[in-house]
Amino acid sequence: MCSGRVDMAHVLRAFSKGMDGVFIGGCHFNDCNYSTGGNYHALNMTLLTKKIMEHIGLNPERLRMRVMSGSEGNLYAEHVNDFNKKIKEIGPFAVSEGIDKEELISRVEKVLKLVPYIKVMMNEKLRVPQVNPEDPEECDKYFTSEEIDKLFNEKISYYIEPDKCQACMTCARRCPVGAVISAKGQVHVIDQEKCIRCGNCIAGCPPRFSAIKKIEAGEPVPPPLPEGERTVVRKGKEKAEVS
Amino acid sequence: MQYPDVFNQEISLNKAVHIYFPQAIPLVAYIDESCLYLKENKCQICVGVCKNNAIDLKQAPVTKDLNVGAVILAAGFEPYDPKVRAEYHYGEFQNVITSMDFERLLSSTGPYSGEILRTSDKKHPHKLAWIQCVGSRQVIEGGNSYCSAVCCTYAQKHVILTKDHDADAECTIFHNDIRSYGKDFERFYDRTNNLPGVRFIRSYTSIVKEDPVTKNVTIRYSTPDDGVKEEEFDMVVLSIGLNPPVGAQETAQKFGIELTAHQYCKLNPANPMETNRRGIFVSGGFQGPIDIPESVFSASGAGSQIGELLDYRRGKLSIERVYPEERDVSAEEPRIGVFVCHCGANIGRVVNVPDTVEYCKTLPYVVHAQEQLFSCATNSAKEITDVTKEKGLNRVVVAACSLRTLEPLFRDTVREAGINQYYFEMPNIREHNSWVHSKEKEVATEKARDLIRMGVARACSLEALQEFELPVNKAALVVGGGVAGMSCSLSIANQGHEVYLLEKDSDLGGITRRVHSTLDGMDVQEYLQDLKRKIYQHPLIHVYTNAVITDATGYVGNFVTTVKSSRGVAEIKHGAAVIAIGADLSTPDEYLYGEDDRVMTHLELEERIHAGDEKVANAESVVMIQCVGCRNEDRNYCSRICCSESIKNALKLKEINPEMDIYILFRDVRTYGLKEDYYREAASKDIRFIRYEENDKPVVEPGESDEGKPVLKVTVTDFVLGNKIELDADVLALAAAIVPSEETNKLAGQFKVVLSPDGFFKEAHVKLRPVEFNTEGVYLCGLAHYPKFLQETINQAYGAAGRVLTLLSHDIVIASGSVCQVDEKKCMGCGACASVCTYGSLAVQETRQGKKVTVNPVLCKGCGLCNAKCPTGAIQLKHFTDDQITSQIDAMVAE
Repeated sequence: MCSGRVDMAHVLRAFSKGMDGVFIGGCHFNDCNYSTGGNYHALNMTLLTKKIMEHIGLNPERLRMRVMSGSEGNLYAEHVNDFNKKIKEIGPFAVSEGIDKEELISRVEKVLKLVPYIKVMMNEKLRVPQVNPEDPEECDKYFTSEEIDKLFNEKISYYIEPDKCQACMTCARRCPVGAVISAKGQVHVIDQEKCIRCGNCIAGCPPRFSAIKKIEAGEPVPPPLPEGERTVVRKGKEKAEVS
Repeated sequence: MQYPDVFNQEISLNKAVHIYFPQAIPLVAYIDESCLYLKENKCQICVGVCKNNAIDLKQAPVTKDLNVGAVILAAGFEPYDPKVRAEYHYGEFQNVITSMDFERLLSSTGPYSGEILRTSDKKHPHKLAWIQCVGSRQVIEGGNSYCSAVCCTYAQKHVILTKDHDADAECTIFHNDIRSYGKDFERFYDRTNNLPGVRFIRSYTSIVKEDPVTKNVTIRYSTPDDGVKEEEFDMVVLSIGLNPPVGAQETAQKFGIELTAHQYCKLNPANPMETNRRGIFVSGGFQGPIDIPESVFSASGAGSQIGELLDYRRGKLSIERVYPEERDVSAEEPRIGVFVCHCGANIGRVVNVPDTVEYCKTLPYVVHAQEQLFSCATNSAKEITDVTKEKGLNRVVVAACSLRTLEPLFRDTVREAGINQYYFEMPNIREHNSWVHSKEKEVATEKARDLIRMGVARACSLEALQEFELPVNKAALVVGGGVAGMSCSLSIANQGHEVYLLEKDSDLGGITRRVHSTLDGMDVQEYLQDLKRKIYQHPLIHVYTNAVITDATGYVGNFVTTVKSSRGVAEIKHGAAVIAIGADLSTPDEYLYGEDDRVMTHLELEERIHAGDEKVANAESVVMIQCVGCRNEDRNYCSRICCSESIKNALKLKEINPEMDIYILFRDVRTYGLKEDYYREAASKDIRFIRYEENDKPVVEPGESDEGKPVLKVTVTDFVLGNKIELDADVLALAAAIVPSEETNKLAGQFKVVLSPDGFFKEAHVKLRPVEFNTEGVYLCGLAHYPKFLQETINQAYGAAGRVLTLLSHDIVIASGSVCQVDEKKCMGCGACASVCTYGSLAVQETRQGKKVTVNPVLCKGCGLCNAKCPTGAIQLKHFTDDQITSQIDAMVAE
């Protein structure tokens, strides 16, 4: 297993349990035991997570990544001792942040739920090794606060227009997170809480229906039809009745 | 009764009945000669107390006759005994100890459980000195004239470890040349040198006196700045050298082999594992003073050569291991057994093991917990198997050391109990705990609890996994047709395997085509012609010249490599690949190289000497500059062979014209091992050695001699005399650095192997696996690994062949079950995973449900990067799934 296996969700999980700090140890850069350079990915993930922590008011210094080789036990100990010292300086989770502990945990949990969405949106920047790990300034600038604000404040949404949906189930099958509430003959509804904004539904919806609409950030998502009123009116039948 | 413990250098005591050392194989107690019964026919208490009647004091040696087809002599070496020279005062001054003594002091199973203590007062020494070359590089009664090859680096290791024990310790190394010639050794030297409180002093020393009260030891030495002075140390470590194995002569007589004047085995220069008797091979320290990687090369290489002789009998004596049938426990509730290892004193001295065991019993689903002295010992492992069966356990947790070394053993143990081997978890409470928190026993015990609790939580969610059996293609591909590639090919082919040998040039031979003799006088070209003939004549070896690899795919046992060569384009299927592409010689960009035709590299000088070049033969004065383009910031390594190469050239020139003035400007003369004798010969023939320092390099300018002859003026600071001296040179030879071949990067990408910081290929383990890569099925030998001598290359080439045969002699290989799998329902087809998988294990495919990713588990190496990339958790690395990791995180905070 590689440091690149460390998921943002793992880090947030630890903070959601009220941990005071998370330390990620990886191999030296350009000295990957695999051939993937996974430690660069771990670094990108760390940088992004730090910015997100800042965004929600959690001290980003509670997360640190350092690199060392398997034979450098002394270096590892040094890094851990140093990190320990830092965390002791910062103080306990939430206290030094001046935020109520439950409140801070709930903020972390909210982000935790958004991890799939964050990965979808930030995939390109998370992927390629493009920062110089030796340059703290460059690392710090790799993800900007504006970018993070946008990520959280300008979420696009997907919405199924009830009058167009023919309940074909395609979008429901395509949805990787089971966010489409569907049943035969019933207009489908997207559970906005579960949706990760991947757009698979819109891509899957047959063009002759085009029932799914992308709603830009800031615009309100219309409320779903109440459960009793979702029976589909078939287009074909309508026509038959007219003729 | 207690007697000096021989394994601990007689520093501490143990009893006549004891276990030799904690990692001994077999790990059983035995009785040595100090036994009262054996000496005086008394006592026999042990016989009475042993409930198993295992003690038989009347046991006598038994002579057994074995019929074998070949023999490897691996008698090792004997540490030099400094008692033969009274001036070391070893055994007389209490705080003068040998490096072997110091090794034991450093060891956690040593006489003071890993504490460095002085013999005289059992206090920590604060000021330590190491004296190098004790018994080595000495032409005196009782000394060895050769260099012992390993002491410079082991002394540096001692310093680093001493500083780990006590950051304020003052360490001084009194040395002659520092011989950091091995891979990464120069960096290691730098690291040591840069530690605070560490001094390297180039000086001969004498041990003057011992303070009668403090028992401190005074050393006399001299420096260019201060002259002769005396200094007191708390402890003095003698860096003792290597002697030939005890009984070398007797062994030689018995086996009918010849020894050298130094009493090492006499080797065939073209095959250093071969003795003068067919079928009898030699490996390791009996070859001469060598380091661990070279020992491993020759061990594996001697094995391969025996394979050539005895291949027809391969596998005749092997018995297939049969495991009991696996019980399907997937539907059962977890029943976890926890075994907490003391690791002798390693863990037990720090962590309160009995308390920890009691704690384990309180954890959910734990139905059994116990302690063990050494979980890895054969009897303990069997106990784990037995308990697992008896108590119907379906998960086993062993809290012990790093799983890197012992996970395979314990997985096997679990399998023996009829449980899938992936139902095993190993929290590391030694390296990650007792070793780092040795002074914080309570905290360490608490941490052990945390680690085990997390391990137990993960164990609950483990799943049974199946490993893959992959067929093995019996052919090998060897990339590079130099001596390394050819020797390796020959040994593989001689064991009945097809070999495809690729050479980028139009002819075989590599850089050896430019080498004419070795230091010990072997005719290299004759050897090379003979080797090439054997290659071309071998029916199983297919040579591809002008070869370029255009594509390499596949995996261990099943590689497919596309090659463009003079034979056209070929797609070669092979089970193993050997990288033997050699290295290049750098082109110097200093000392007027390329501007003045009197300046050449050491290799060019060798060629010109051999060609009878008159300018060289008639030169009145030749200057050689060492370390050109290496041992500097850009190339922080030693090219290893240049000192000997220059001395070889110098000796040749002296043969041509004994009157020729020859100067070798060096930083450290690194004629390690038996090559030291040639350095001495050179010095005795009036070849002048002048040392310079990196920040005060020689300066070369065209000029005129006093007689008005055009010469090259070489100016260098003489450190002995302390002034600048000017040398007139007719020929200037530069010891140009050996650099990685330019093909290195491309090939590394194609075969998915990695490089060391200096750009040479990086072996799987620098000491223990020096001829293979972490990428399975790919092996390494020759200069592609690191600069080395012809004999070392041959050792390593055979060594690589030995490892290749270990693979190719099997019909199948087993691939790990810890690979990725995709839950298609969750997959959104974004391809984030596939785009980062450099192993090509993942592919996005169009399905009826849109794009989905598929896994080729055989190519998956289990890094788990894809898992972290996946937005929806559709792809999971088995054995390290999100659920398993999350359960560990949650358990961490459970208390």
